[in-house]
This record gives sequence, structure tokens and C-alpha cells, in this order.
Amino acid sequence: MLMEEQVLLPHLFRTEYRKMVSVLCHLFGIEHIEVAEDIVSETFLIATETWSIKGLPDNPVAWLYTVAKNKTRNYLKRTALFEQKLLPEIRYRTSEAEEMELVFSGRNIADSQLAMIFAVCHPAIPFESQVALALNLLCGFGAQEIADAFLTNKEVIYKRINRAKHKLKEEKIRIEHPLAAEVNGRLDTVLTTVYLLFSEGYYASSQNTVLRRELCEEAMRLIELLILNPDTNTPAVHALLALMCFHCSRFDARTGEHGEMILYADQDESRWDWSLVKKGTVHLNRAASGSVLTKYHLEAGIAYWHTLKADSLEKWGHILGLYNELLILEYSPIAALNRTFALAKVRGARIAIAEAEKLGLTDNHFYHSLLGNLYSGLDDGKALQHFEIAFDLANSPGDKGAISKNIRRLKAAGQTGGAGK
Amino acid sequence: MNEFLIVIHRDLTSKDAKPSPEQMQAAIKPFQEWIGGIAAQNKLVAPPKRWDTDGRVVKANNMVVNGPYAEIKESIGGVLMIRADGYDDAVEIAKGCPILEWGAVVEVRMAVTAN
Repeated sequence: MLMEEQVLLPHLFRTEYRKMVSVLCHLFGIEHIEVAEDIVSETFLIATETWSIKGLPDNPVAWLYTVAKNKTRNYLKRTALFEQKLLPEIRYRTSEAEEMELVFSGRNIADSQLAMIFAVCHPAIPFESQVALALNLLCGFGAQEIADAFLTNKEVIYKRINRAKHKLKEEKIRIEHPLAAEVNGRLDTVLTTVYLLFSEGYYASSQNTVLRRELCEEAMRLIELLILNPDTNTPAVHALLALMCFHCSRFDARTGEHGEMILYADQDESRWDWSLVKKGTVHLNRAASGSVLTKYHLEAGIAYWHTLKADSLEKWGHILGLYNELLILEYSPIAALNRTFALAKVRGARIAIAEAEKLGLTDNHFYHSLLGNLYSGLDDGKALQHFEIAFDLANSPGDKGAISKNIRRLKAAGQTGGAGK
Repeated sequence: MNEFLIVIHRDLTSKDAKPSPEQMQAAIKPFQEWIGGIAAQNKLVAPPKRWDTDGRVVKANNMVVNGPYAEIKESIGGVLMIRADGYDDAVEIAKGCPILEWGAVVEVRMAVTAN
């Protein structure tokens, strides 16, 4: 029994904490966010104590909801807050009598979580704080876990979270289901935050791959919450989910035994997660409706073509075309570099080198890695120079590891070349 | 960096218009690649749009005639805006326009900044 509960509690904490906090925040409003967190934390504390003595209840989730409900009721009775502030608010929203019964229904959980996503991903909150608060409140990550993911300490994360909460209160942001008319404008911000959250997991420099994978999965879960609601079930949301599925399918294959990065070209595709590729394809098809072409559509398309491992002119022609469109929509250095790589695959390294040298990204280590790649075989001396600059510019051990692999490969090729003379 | 207007003039009105529809079709990919290359340098200010070949021309005294406007044989076929380090750079970019091969003429104009 003890073992069972040790496994179950952290799991329940991850899945239920965020639901209960969302429902309570939704009920109390943003000014009392800490009250909601306290009630839920105390509920889990009681669960830990009670379950270790009496064993697991028949339905642990229902048990948690009941305790939280009672604690909420007691809290409201106990404090003047209820009479003065919350009661009119609650009466305004729903008939008070049914309120407590409704609190943890599936429907209310889904609505509350959606309302919370829109509140937390509010453009008034600085990005770093947004992500920290999203991970904390929407995903149930502790401050220590968030700190580990961002290679920083708990205090920094607490600061970011508090800053975000402060901003939410200051701006009097309401935790409510956005009106259908607002959804479009605000959905963009939500997608940006969730996409950045995903990217933190996917590209972050933290070596903790388990944690990073969880970040990615949480981002996907948030997107799936959006898909479940008809108001936010848009083609762009499907495109973003497709993109995440395709990327995540390579999660295992892109890390070696010692945590080093394995580049796409060197990956063993039998280690790709083909169920995720399939799921991504389903969502990519669902994204192909409506008249708005977003960057998520283009990036999902690019990621889709990457799931076909074999090189072909067709594949790289499509990827090049998609990168062209993506850059026309929105410039980013990484898209510019990737476009040049695709150009090399379609039109050859020489043409791509000429284009690469116009990019003006000489302080970017990916730029020098790209040139190192393009010069390999054409002018190994130049290739080596570029890889060495890239090595100096790179910061993360993963990137440095991948670059030094290339340097070793070139040096080894140079030696065998010399011996053959 | 200055902003430049890149105007692609081509023959839209005559019977054997240059480039021909087939040539235009063939130019789509190289054209997109040219624009993509400008965008990759972060020098694209406003991407080209597809303009129809219909058009109207408005003159004084409420005179409206069917367009597109062509005093000589070339009308405006495409317009985009870029950022460049002076005329040399802008011209170098304009030279990449693939429709030049089929008889288009590319006009490069620098935006004058007020000071």
C-alpha cells in the first residue's frame, strides 16, 4: 500500500493540482490566486498524511476534490472575504447554491483551465514570467523543477512567478472564458507562449532530458485543451500541434548515450516515435482548412518533410519553398540558416555558400557550422576554420560536442588524405 | 540601411506580351526563391503581391480608362520593398530578379528620408 501511494501521489499532484487550482482561481478571481494555491497545497498535504495512515481511498481523485471543496467552503465561511468580496462576485456568476456542487465537474475543469490559459498567456506579462507561471499553475511544475529546466535557481523562478502574478493583479486581468470575438486576437498570444514553452523544452540547454521532454508534453497537452474547445479549435492550433508532434517524434533519437546532440542527418530513424509522426500527420491535415496561412502551418510542413528520412530533390524542394514562405512571413536567423541548408540540397553547395555569405550572421555559431558543412568536401581547410569559430561561439555542451565531432571528422579525413599522396 | 522600391515592369498589354504566360509559370519557383533569398538577409520590407492585369487609370476631370497604365509597352508587373546598403546593394539584389531573363525591366528607387 505504501509503495502504491508513493507512486500515485506525485502523479496525482501533477495531474490534479493544476485542475483544482484553475477551478478555484476561476471561482475566486485573480486577486486571490494565493488562496487557491494554499487550499490545493493543504489538500495534498492532508492526502499525504491520511493516506499514509489509512491507506488509499477507493477513488483518490474524488477524495481530493471533496477535501478541497470542504476546505474552500470552510475558508469562505471563516473569512470576511466571502461576505465582502466573493459573495457578490459568485452570485453574479452563477447561482450560489449550485456553485459548490459544480466546482469539480469535468466541464468546469475544462472551462477553468481554458480561462486560466488565456489569463496566464496575457501579453502584459513579460515572457519569462509568463512561462514560469504557466509551468507552475497550468502544468503543476514546482519551482525547483522549473529552475532545473532553465538552469537557474528557485529564487529566480519564485521572482518570475510573483512578478507574473503581480502583473495579473495590477492589470486586473479576469480569469474568464474569452468572448468568441476576442478569441482570435488573444489566441495568437496563447499560441506564442505555448510554442515558446515547447521550444524551451525542445531546444533548452538543460541536460535533463526527462524534464525537457515533460515540458514538451505539457505544451502539447495545453494545445490539446485548446482543441477540445470549439472556440479555440482553429486550423492554426492544429498546425502547431502537428509541428510539436513531428519534433517530439525525434526526441529520443536526437540525444546520444552521453547526452550529446545527434544531428538530424545522423539520427537512427528506427528510434523516431512513429505514433507521434502519425498523430502529427492527422493534425496537419486538419490544419489544412480556412484561408489563413500561419507560420505554424509552414513550420509543420517543414517538419513533416523531415519525417521522410531519405534525401530527395522533391523533399528538399518542398522544404526550400516552405522556408522561403516562412521567411517572407517573418524573418528569423535560424530560418535563414535552415533555408540556406535546404538551398544547398536543391541547388548545390557553391550556390548556397554564396547565399550564406550574404546573411550577415557572423556572430552566430549555427552560421559557422552551416558554412563548415557546406565547405566540407569543397574546401576542407575553410570548413575546419568555420567549425573552429563555431566551437568558440557555441555555449552549450551539447552544441560544442556536435561541433567537435565535425572537427574530428575533418581532421581524420585530412590525415587519410595526406597519407594517400 | 535605406528602403528601396523595386518595381518590375513588363509588357502586359500587347498581344505577344513578354514574358508569356508559360514563361511566367516557369518563373514562379525562381521568383519565390529570389524573394526568399532577400527575406533570408532580413532585407525584405514588404513582399510582392499578386496584382491583376486589369487595372484602371484615373486622370483629371474624372476621366477613368481601363488599364493597366502603359505609356510605353511596360506596365507594373510587381512591386516590393527592400532594405539595402545603398544603391549598389539594392541593384545587386534587383539583378537576381528571374523575370529579367524574359524581358522584364526592374526599376530601383530609394526612399528619401526626411531630415
